[in-house]
Amino acid sequence: MGRDDFIISARSVFLNKGNRQKFSLLTLIIISIIILSLEYFKSGPINQFRMITKDIIIKSSYVVSAPFKSISKTYSSLIDHFNMYDEYEKLKIAETKNKNLTLENIFFKEENRRLKKLIDEKNLYNEEFYVTKVLLDQKSPYLRSLLINKGFKHGIKLGAAVRSGSYFIGKVVDSNYLTSRILLISDLNSKIPIIIEPGSISAILSGSGNNKLGEIEYLPEKNNIEAGGIVYTSGSDGVISSGIPIGKIVLDNNQPKIDYFADFTQINFVKVYYKK
Amino acid sequence: MSIINKTYSTFLSIFPVIILFMSVLTNSKYNFTYDENYLSFNISYIIIFFWTLKRPEYFGYGFIFFAGILNDVIQNNPLGISSIEYLSICVLTGFVRTRIILQNIIYDWVFFLISILIVGSINYIITVYIFSIPIIYDSLLLGLFATFLIYPFLAKILGWIDNIVQKSINDKKNK
Repeated sequence: MGRDDFIISARSVFLNKGNRQKFSLLTLIIISIIILSLEYFKSGPINQFRMITKDIIIKSSYVVSAPFKSISKTYSSLIDHFNMYDEYEKLKIAETKNKNLTLENIFFKEENRRLKKLIDEKNLYNEEFYVTKVLLDQKSPYLRSLLINKGFKHGIKLGAAVRSGSYFIGKVVDSNYLTSRILLISDLNSKIPIIIEPGSISAILSGSGNNKLGEIEYLPEKNNIEAGGIVYTSGSDGVISSGIPIGKIVLDNNQPKIDYFADFTQINFVKVYYKK
Repeated sequence: MSIINKTYSTFLSIFPVIILFMSVLTNSKYNFTYDENYLSFNISYIIIFFWTLKRPEYFGYGFIFFAGILNDVIQNNPLGISSIEYLSICVLTGFVRTRIILQNIIYDWVFFLISILIVGSINYIITVYIFSIPIIYDSLLLGLFATFLIYPFLAKILGWIDNIVQKSINDKKNK
Protein backbone atom coordinates (compact mmCIF):
# COMPACT_ATOMS: atom_id res chain seq x y z
CA MET A 1 0.00 0.00 0.00
CA GLY A 2 1.47 3.36 -1.06
CA ARG A 3 1.83 6.19 1.42
CA ASP A 4 -0.80 8.29 -0.37
CA ASP A 5 -3.21 5.37 -0.47
CA PHE A 6 -2.75 4.87 3.26
CA ILE A 7 -3.43 8.54 3.98
CA ILE A 8 -6.55 8.48 1.79
CA SER A 9 -7.78 5.33 3.59
CA ALA A 10 -7.07 6.86 7.00
CA ARG A 11 -8.94 10.06 6.09
CA SER A 12 -11.83 8.02 4.79
CA VAL A 13 -12.01 5.85 7.91
CA PHE A 14 -11.55 8.50 10.57
CA LEU A 15 -13.20 11.58 9.09
CA ASN A 16 -15.88 10.48 6.61
CA LYS A 17 -19.24 10.08 8.26
CA GLY A 18 -20.44 7.72 5.55
CA ASN A 19 -23.95 6.77 4.69
CA ARG A 20 -26.42 7.25 7.58
CA GLN A 21 -23.64 7.88 10.13
CA LYS A 22 -24.17 10.91 12.35
CA PHE A 23 -20.69 11.03 13.90
CA SER A 24 -17.22 10.45 12.51
CA LEU A 25 -15.06 7.81 14.19
CA LEU A 26 -12.43 10.38 15.16
CA THR A 27 -15.00 12.51 17.03
CA LEU A 28 -16.27 9.52 18.99
CA ILE A 29 -12.77 8.25 19.83
CA ILE A 30 -11.86 11.72 21.14
CA ILE A 31 -15.07 11.81 23.23
CA SER A 32 -14.22 8.33 24.62
CA ILE A 33 -10.73 9.49 25.60
CA ILE A 34 -12.21 12.58 27.31
CA ILE A 35 -14.70 10.39 29.24
CA LEU A 36 -11.87 8.03 30.18
CA SER A 37 -9.75 10.91 31.49
CA LEU A 38 -12.72 12.05 33.65
CA GLU A 39 -12.26 8.83 35.66
CA TYR A 40 -9.59 10.71 37.62
CA PHE A 41 -12.29 12.96 39.15
CA LYS A 42 -13.58 10.95 42.09
CA SER A 43 -15.73 13.70 43.64
CA GLY A 44 -17.75 16.77 42.73
CA PRO A 45 -20.46 17.18 40.08
CA ILE A 46 -18.72 14.88 37.56
CA ASN A 47 -18.81 12.06 40.08
CA GLN A 48 -22.46 12.77 40.90
CA PHE A 49 -23.38 12.73 37.22
CA ARG A 50 -21.47 9.46 36.81
CA MET A 51 -23.32 7.90 39.76
CA ILE A 52 -26.74 8.87 38.38
CA THR A 53 -25.78 7.53 34.94
CA LYS A 54 -24.60 4.27 36.49
CA ASP A 55 -27.84 3.93 38.49
CA ILE A 56 -29.95 4.38 35.36
CA ILE A 57 -27.88 1.93 33.31
CA ILE A 58 -27.77 -0.72 36.04
CA LYS A 59 -31.55 -0.56 36.59
CA SER A 60 -32.17 -0.75 32.81
CA SER A 61 -29.81 -3.68 32.54
CA TYR A 62 -31.72 -5.45 35.31
CA VAL A 63 -35.00 -5.02 33.41
CA VAL A 64 -33.51 -6.15 30.08
CA SER A 65 -31.78 -9.20 31.54
CA ALA A 66 -34.86 -10.31 33.54
CA PRO A 67 -36.22 -12.71 30.85
CA PHE A 68 -32.78 -14.32 30.42
CA LYS A 69 -32.47 -14.68 34.17
CA SER A 70 -35.86 -16.35 34.42
CA ILE A 71 -34.86 -18.87 31.71
CA SER A 72 -31.70 -19.73 33.60
CA LYS A 73 -33.71 -19.97 36.85
CA THR A 74 -36.20 -22.35 35.26
CA TYR A 75 -33.33 -24.52 34.00
CA SER A 76 -31.73 -24.60 37.47
CA SER A 77 -35.01 -25.54 39.14
CA LEU A 78 -35.50 -28.33 36.59
CA ILE A 79 -32.04 -29.72 37.39
CA ASP A 80 -32.79 -29.39 41.13
CA HIS A 81 -35.98 -31.36 40.61
CA PHE A 82 -34.08 -34.26 39.01
CA ASN A 83 -31.53 -34.26 41.83
CA MET A 84 -34.15 -34.11 44.57
CA TYR A 85 -33.84 -37.67 45.84
CA ASP A 86 -30.02 -37.59 46.12
CA GLU A 87 -30.23 -34.25 47.87
CA TYR A 88 -32.83 -35.62 50.30
CA GLU A 89 -30.52 -38.51 51.28
CA LYS A 90 -27.61 -36.11 51.84
CA LEU A 91 -29.79 -33.72 53.82
CA LYS A 92 -30.96 -36.49 56.15
CA ILE A 93 -27.36 -37.16 57.17
CA ALA A 94 -26.54 -33.45 57.35
CA GLU A 95 -29.53 -32.73 59.58
CA THR A 96 -28.31 -35.11 62.28
CA LYS A 97 -24.92 -33.42 62.27
CA ASN A 98 -26.56 -29.99 62.30
CA LYS A 99 -28.61 -30.79 65.41
CA ASN A 100 -25.41 -31.61 67.30
CA LEU A 101 -23.67 -28.52 65.94
CA THR A 102 -26.57 -26.25 66.92
CA LEU A 103 -26.34 -27.41 70.51
CA GLU A 104 -22.56 -26.92 70.47
CA ASN A 105 -23.03 -23.49 68.93
CA ILE A 106 -25.43 -22.40 71.69
CA PHE A 107 -22.92 -23.54 74.28
CA PHE A 108 -19.99 -21.71 72.62
CA LYS A 109 -22.00 -18.52 72.13
CA GLU A 110 -22.89 -18.49 75.77
CA GLU A 111 -19.31 -19.18 76.78
CA ASN A 112 -18.03 -16.46 74.43
CA ARG A 113 -20.46 -13.90 75.89
CA ARG A 114 -19.38 -14.80 79.41
CA LEU A 115 -15.66 -14.53 78.57
CA LYS A 116 -16.14 -11.20 76.76
CA LYS A 117 -17.85 -9.89 79.86
CA LEU A 118 -14.88 -11.04 81.96
CA ILE A 119 -12.33 -9.10 79.82
CA ASP A 120 -14.73 -6.18 79.46
CA GLU A 121 -14.64 -6.16 75.65
CA LYS A 122 -17.03 -3.79 73.92
CA ASN A 123 -18.70 -4.62 70.68
CA LEU A 124 -17.21 -2.13 68.21
CA TYR A 125 -19.43 -3.10 65.32
CA ASN A 126 -23.16 -2.94 65.14
CA GLU A 127 -25.21 -5.62 63.47
CA GLU A 128 -27.45 -3.37 61.40
CA PHE A 129 -27.96 -4.73 57.94
CA TYR A 130 -30.14 -4.54 54.88
CA VAL A 131 -31.25 -7.62 53.05
CA THR A 132 -30.98 -6.54 49.43
CA LYS A 133 -31.71 -8.06 46.08
CA VAL A 134 -28.89 -8.82 43.68
CA LEU A 135 -29.66 -6.97 40.45
CA LEU A 136 -26.86 -8.38 38.32
CA ASP A 137 -23.89 -10.61 38.83
CA GLN A 138 -20.89 -10.03 36.66
CA LYS A 139 -18.56 -12.86 35.80
CA SER A 140 -15.51 -12.88 33.64
CA PRO A 141 -12.19 -14.69 33.94
CA TYR A 142 -10.97 -12.13 36.48
CA LEU A 143 -13.97 -10.07 37.50
CA ARG A 144 -16.33 -11.20 40.25
CA SER A 145 -18.82 -8.61 41.40
CA LEU A 146 -22.50 -8.17 42.24
CA LEU A 147 -24.73 -5.18 41.74
CA ILE A 148 -27.27 -4.65 44.50
CA ASN A 149 -30.43 -2.65 44.93
CA LYS A 150 -29.25 -0.28 47.70
CA GLY A 151 -26.98 2.74 47.52
CA PHE A 152 -25.67 5.57 49.69
CA LYS A 153 -29.23 6.88 50.00
CA HIS A 154 -29.76 3.86 52.30
CA GLY A 155 -26.59 4.51 54.31
CA ILE A 156 -24.37 2.02 52.52
CA LYS A 157 -20.75 3.09 52.55
CA LEU A 158 -17.59 1.96 50.83
CA GLY A 159 -15.95 -1.00 52.53
CA ALA A 160 -19.17 -2.29 54.15
CA ALA A 161 -19.17 -6.05 54.78
CA VAL A 162 -21.55 -8.22 52.78
CA ARG A 163 -22.77 -11.66 53.79
CA SER A 164 -24.71 -14.39 52.09
CA GLY A 165 -26.49 -16.19 54.91
CA SER A 166 -23.88 -16.30 57.69
CA TYR A 167 -20.88 -16.27 55.39
CA PHE A 168 -18.73 -13.35 54.36
CA ILE A 169 -18.75 -12.91 50.58
CA GLY A 170 -17.27 -9.49 49.89
CA LYS A 171 -17.38 -5.78 50.48
CA VAL A 172 -18.90 -2.69 48.89
CA VAL A 173 -16.47 -1.03 46.48
CA ASP A 174 -18.71 1.40 44.64
CA SER A 175 -21.76 3.09 46.08
CA ASN A 176 -24.10 5.01 43.76
CA TYR A 177 -27.27 6.80 44.83
CA LEU A 178 -29.59 3.79 44.49
CA THR A 179 -27.27 0.90 43.64
CA SER A 180 -23.93 -0.44 44.85
CA ARG A 181 -21.28 -2.80 43.59
CA ILE A 182 -19.92 -5.59 45.76
CA LEU A 183 -16.48 -6.95 45.06
CA LEU A 184 -16.62 -10.66 45.85
CA ILE A 185 -13.77 -12.25 47.79
CA SER A 186 -13.06 -14.44 44.76
CA ASP A 187 -12.25 -11.39 42.59
CA LEU A 188 -8.64 -11.00 41.55
CA ASN A 189 -8.49 -7.53 43.16
CA SER A 190 -9.94 -8.60 46.51
CA LYS A 191 -7.62 -8.61 49.57
CA ILE A 192 -9.22 -9.40 52.94
CA PRO A 193 -7.43 -9.71 56.31
CA ILE A 194 -8.25 -13.10 57.80
CA ILE A 195 -7.54 -15.26 60.79
CA ILE A 196 -7.15 -19.01 60.56
CA GLU A 197 -8.30 -21.24 63.40
CA PRO A 198 -6.98 -23.22 65.20
CA GLY A 199 -3.80 -21.32 65.89
CA SER A 200 -5.10 -17.76 65.32
CA ILE A 201 -2.82 -17.29 62.31
CA SER A 202 -3.23 -13.94 60.59
CA ALA A 203 -2.95 -13.70 56.82
CA ILE A 204 -4.51 -12.08 53.77
CA LEU A 205 -7.10 -13.78 51.60
CA SER A 206 -6.57 -12.95 47.96
CA GLY A 207 -9.10 -13.81 45.25
CA SER A 208 -7.85 -15.94 42.42
CA GLY A 209 -10.35 -14.78 39.81
CA ASN A 210 -12.39 -17.98 39.98
CA ASN A 211 -15.06 -19.17 42.38
CA LYS A 212 -13.18 -22.25 43.51
CA LEU A 213 -10.26 -21.66 45.86
CA GLY A 214 -8.90 -18.49 47.44
CA GLU A 215 -5.17 -17.84 47.83
CA ILE A 216 -3.57 -17.17 51.21
CA GLU A 217 -0.88 -14.49 51.29
CA TYR A 218 1.52 -13.21 53.95
CA LEU A 219 1.47 -16.41 55.98
CA PRO A 220 4.16 -16.66 58.66
CA GLU A 221 7.07 -18.84 57.49
CA LYS A 222 6.57 -21.27 60.34
CA ASN A 223 2.92 -22.19 60.45
CA ASN A 224 1.01 -25.29 61.30
CA ILE A 225 -1.95 -24.86 59.01
CA GLU A 226 -3.79 -28.07 58.35
CA ALA A 227 -6.61 -29.01 56.06
CA GLY A 228 -9.97 -28.44 57.71
CA GLY A 229 -8.99 -25.24 59.54
CA ILE A 230 -11.66 -22.55 59.51
CA VAL A 231 -11.03 -19.09 58.07
CA TYR A 232 -12.70 -16.00 59.55
CA THR A 233 -12.44 -12.28 58.92
CA SER A 234 -9.89 -10.80 61.31
CA GLY A 235 -11.39 -7.31 61.40
CA SER A 236 -7.90 -5.80 61.46
CA ASP A 237 -8.80 -3.30 58.71
CA GLY A 238 -11.21 -1.67 61.17
CA VAL A 239 -14.11 -1.75 58.72
CA ILE A 240 -15.22 -5.37 58.52
CA SER A 241 -16.35 -7.10 61.73
CA SER A 242 -14.16 -9.88 63.03
CA GLY A 243 -15.17 -13.52 63.22
CA ILE A 244 -17.34 -13.81 60.12
CA PRO A 245 -16.79 -17.29 58.64
CA ILE A 246 -15.36 -17.34 55.12
CA GLY A 247 -14.31 -20.89 54.33
CA LYS A 248 -12.16 -23.81 55.29
CA ILE A 249 -8.57 -24.75 54.51
CA VAL A 250 -7.94 -27.35 51.83
CA LEU A 251 -4.61 -28.50 50.46
CA ASP A 252 -4.09 -28.01 46.76
CA ASN A 253 -0.72 -29.45 45.62
CA ASN A 254 0.38 -29.23 49.27
CA GLN A 255 -0.40 -25.52 49.28
CA PRO A 256 -3.07 -24.31 51.72
CA LYS A 257 -5.99 -22.69 49.92
CA ILE A 258 -9.43 -21.54 51.02
CA ASP A 259 -12.56 -23.37 49.99
CA TYR A 260 -15.36 -20.80 50.34
CA PHE A 261 -18.46 -21.68 52.34
CA ALA A 262 -20.70 -19.51 50.17
CA ASP A 263 -21.76 -20.64 46.74
CA PHE A 264 -21.23 -17.53 44.63
CA THR A 265 -23.29 -18.86 41.75
CA GLN A 266 -26.48 -19.11 43.82
CA ILE A 267 -26.68 -15.68 45.42
CA ASN A 268 -29.99 -13.86 44.98
CA PHE A 269 -30.13 -11.84 48.21
CA VAL A 270 -27.32 -10.54 50.38
CA LYS A 271 -26.98 -8.85 53.76
CA VAL A 272 -25.15 -5.52 53.61
CA TYR A 273 -23.97 -4.21 56.96
CA TYR A 274 -23.97 -0.49 57.63
CA LYS A 275 -23.17 1.87 60.45
CA LYS A 276 -25.95 4.02 61.90
CA MET B 1 -51.63 -4.07 7.75
CA SER B 2 -49.23 -1.54 6.26
CA ILE B 3 -48.47 -0.23 9.77
CA ILE B 4 -47.52 -3.74 10.86
CA ASN B 5 -45.29 -4.14 7.79
CA LYS B 6 -43.70 -0.75 8.40
CA THR B 7 -43.03 -1.57 12.07
CA TYR B 8 -41.62 -4.94 11.07
CA SER B 9 -39.27 -3.35 8.49
CA THR B 10 -38.12 -0.71 10.99
CA PHE B 11 -37.54 -3.40 13.58
CA LEU B 12 -35.47 -5.43 11.13
CA SER B 13 -33.38 -2.43 10.08
CA ILE B 14 -32.44 -1.71 13.70
CA PHE B 15 -32.16 -5.40 14.57
CA PRO B 16 -28.30 -5.45 14.51
CA VAL B 17 -28.23 -2.57 17.01
CA ILE B 18 -30.80 -4.36 19.20
CA ILE B 19 -28.63 -7.50 19.23
CA LEU B 20 -25.60 -5.44 20.24
CA PHE B 21 -27.44 -3.72 23.09
CA MET B 22 -28.94 -6.99 24.29
CA SER B 23 -25.52 -8.62 24.35
CA VAL B 24 -24.07 -5.67 26.28
CA LEU B 25 -26.92 -5.29 28.76
CA THR B 26 -27.32 -8.99 29.49
CA ASN B 27 -23.55 -9.53 29.82
CA SER B 28 -21.31 -9.30 26.79
CA LYS B 29 -19.03 -12.03 28.05
CA TYR B 30 -20.47 -15.51 28.09
CA ASN B 31 -18.44 -17.80 30.28
CA PHE B 32 -18.12 -21.46 30.81
CA THR B 33 -15.60 -23.56 32.67
CA TYR B 34 -13.64 -26.31 31.01
CA ASP B 35 -11.06 -28.29 32.97
CA GLU B 36 -10.86 -25.53 35.61
CA ASN B 37 -10.19 -22.91 32.94
CA TYR B 38 -12.61 -20.07 32.36
CA LEU B 39 -13.40 -19.41 28.75
CA SER B 40 -15.25 -16.25 27.92
CA PHE B 41 -16.54 -15.24 24.53
CA ASN B 42 -16.87 -11.59 23.81
CA ILE B 43 -19.94 -11.62 21.60
CA SER B 44 -19.93 -7.82 21.22
CA TYR B 45 -16.60 -7.93 19.35
CA ILE B 46 -18.06 -10.38 16.85
CA ILE B 47 -21.30 -8.42 16.36
CA ILE B 48 -19.49 -5.12 15.85
CA PHE B 49 -16.84 -6.63 13.58
CA PHE B 50 -19.38 -8.46 11.46
CA TRP B 51 -21.79 -5.59 10.91
CA THR B 52 -19.29 -2.76 10.52
CA LEU B 53 -17.53 -4.89 7.92
CA LYS B 54 -20.63 -5.98 6.01
CA ARG B 55 -23.22 -3.26 6.52
CA PRO B 56 -21.84 -0.19 8.29
CA GLU B 57 -24.85 1.81 7.07
CA TYR B 58 -27.14 -0.08 9.50
CA PHE B 59 -24.81 0.13 12.45
CA GLY B 60 -24.27 3.71 13.64
CA TYR B 61 -20.96 4.53 15.31
CA GLY B 62 -22.89 6.56 17.89
CA PHE B 63 -24.73 3.41 18.97
CA ILE B 64 -21.43 1.52 19.20
CA PHE B 65 -19.98 4.27 21.37
CA PHE B 66 -23.04 4.19 23.63
CA ALA B 67 -22.93 0.38 23.84
CA GLY B 68 -19.33 0.71 25.04
CA ILE B 69 -20.38 3.07 27.83
CA LEU B 70 -23.15 0.64 28.91
CA ASN B 71 -20.67 -2.22 28.92
CA ASP B 72 -18.23 -0.27 31.09
CA VAL B 73 -20.90 0.54 33.67
CA ILE B 74 -22.04 -3.09 33.86
CA GLN B 75 -18.54 -4.59 33.87
CA ASN B 76 -17.21 -1.93 36.30
CA ASN B 77 -14.51 -0.81 33.89
CA PRO B 78 -13.33 2.80 33.81
CA LEU B 79 -15.90 4.57 31.61
CA GLY B 80 -14.72 4.85 28.01
CA ILE B 81 -12.49 1.75 27.70
CA SER B 82 -15.04 -0.40 25.88
CA SER B 83 -16.04 2.51 23.63
CA ILE B 84 -12.41 2.87 22.56
CA GLU B 85 -12.17 -0.90 22.01
CA TYR B 86 -15.36 -1.05 19.96
CA LEU B 87 -14.48 2.04 17.92
CA SER B 88 -11.01 0.58 17.28
CA ILE B 89 -12.72 -2.43 15.71
CA CYS B 90 -14.69 0.00 13.52
CA VAL B 91 -11.44 1.71 12.47
CA LEU B 92 -9.88 -1.63 11.53
CA THR B 93 -12.93 -2.84 9.62
CA GLY B 94 -13.05 0.55 7.91
CA PHE B 95 -9.50 -0.01 6.63
CA VAL B 96 -10.41 -3.47 5.38
CA ARG B 97 -13.46 -2.12 3.56
CA THR B 98 -11.38 0.43 1.69
CA ARG B 99 -8.84 -2.24 0.65
CA ILE B 100 -10.81 -5.42 -0.07
CA ILE B 101 -13.34 -5.75 -2.86
CA LEU B 102 -14.35 -9.40 -2.55
CA GLN B 103 -14.99 -10.69 0.92
CA ASN B 104 -14.39 -14.22 2.03
CA ILE B 105 -14.98 -15.90 5.40
CA ILE B 106 -11.34 -17.04 5.75
CA TYR B 107 -9.96 -13.51 5.14
CA ASP B 108 -12.55 -12.13 7.54
CA TRP B 109 -11.64 -14.72 10.17
CA VAL B 110 -7.91 -14.02 9.95
CA PHE B 111 -8.53 -10.31 10.00
CA PHE B 112 -10.84 -10.75 12.98
CA LEU B 113 -7.97 -12.42 14.84
CA ILE B 114 -5.66 -9.49 14.08
CA SER B 115 -8.37 -7.02 15.13
CA ILE B 116 -9.15 -8.66 18.48
CA LEU B 117 -5.44 -8.98 19.25
CA ILE B 118 -5.01 -5.25 18.65
CA VAL B 119 -8.14 -4.46 20.69
CA GLY B 120 -7.02 -6.85 23.46
CA SER B 121 -3.67 -5.05 23.57
CA ILE B 122 -5.43 -1.68 23.85
CA ASN B 123 -7.56 -3.09 26.68
CA TYR B 124 -4.48 -4.47 28.47
CA ILE B 125 -2.46 -1.24 28.10
CA ILE B 126 -5.26 1.01 29.35
CA THR B 127 -6.35 -1.29 32.20
CA VAL B 128 -2.95 -2.30 33.53
CA TYR B 129 -0.64 0.59 32.68
CA ILE B 130 -2.96 3.59 32.95
CA PHE B 131 -5.46 2.50 35.60
CA SER B 132 -3.23 -0.08 37.39
CA ILE B 133 -6.04 -2.66 37.54
CA PRO B 134 -4.54 -6.17 37.61
CA ILE B 135 -5.92 -8.67 35.12
CA ILE B 136 -4.86 -12.24 34.34
CA TYR B 137 -3.04 -12.00 31.02
CA ASP B 138 -3.55 -15.71 30.23
CA SER B 139 -7.31 -15.44 30.75
CA LEU B 140 -7.50 -12.38 28.53
CA LEU B 141 -5.60 -14.20 25.79
CA LEU B 142 -7.65 -17.38 26.25
CA GLY B 143 -10.87 -15.35 26.03
CA LEU B 144 -9.71 -13.69 22.81
CA PHE B 145 -8.74 -17.05 21.36
CA ALA B 146 -12.15 -18.54 22.29
CA THR B 147 -13.85 -15.52 20.67
CA PHE B 148 -11.71 -16.09 17.55
CA LEU B 149 -12.72 -19.76 17.41
CA ILE B 150 -16.47 -19.14 17.50
CA TYR B 151 -16.36 -16.33 14.93
CA PRO B 152 -17.23 -18.48 11.85
CA PHE B 153 -20.26 -20.02 13.58
CA LEU B 154 -21.62 -16.73 14.82
CA ALA B 155 -20.78 -15.05 11.51
CA LYS B 156 -22.91 -17.67 9.80
CA ILE B 157 -25.86 -16.92 12.11
CA LEU B 158 -25.38 -13.17 11.76
CA GLY B 159 -25.12 -13.60 7.96
CA TRP B 160 -28.44 -15.41 8.02
CA ILE B 161 -30.01 -12.58 10.05
CA ASP B 162 -28.47 -10.08 7.63
CA ASN B 163 -30.08 -11.86 4.69
CA ILE B 164 -33.50 -11.57 6.33
CA VAL B 165 -32.91 -7.86 7.01
CA GLN B 166 -31.77 -7.24 3.42
CA LYS B 167 -34.68 -9.16 1.99
CA SER B 168 -37.12 -7.09 4.01
CA ILE B 169 -35.46 -3.81 2.95
CA ASN B 170 -35.47 -4.84 -0.72
CA ASP B 171 -39.12 -5.86 -0.53
CA LYS B 172 -39.92 -2.46 0.94
CA LYS B 173 -38.07 -0.70 -1.89
CA ASN B 174 -39.79 -2.77 -4.58
CA LYS B 175 -43.28 -1.98 -3.30
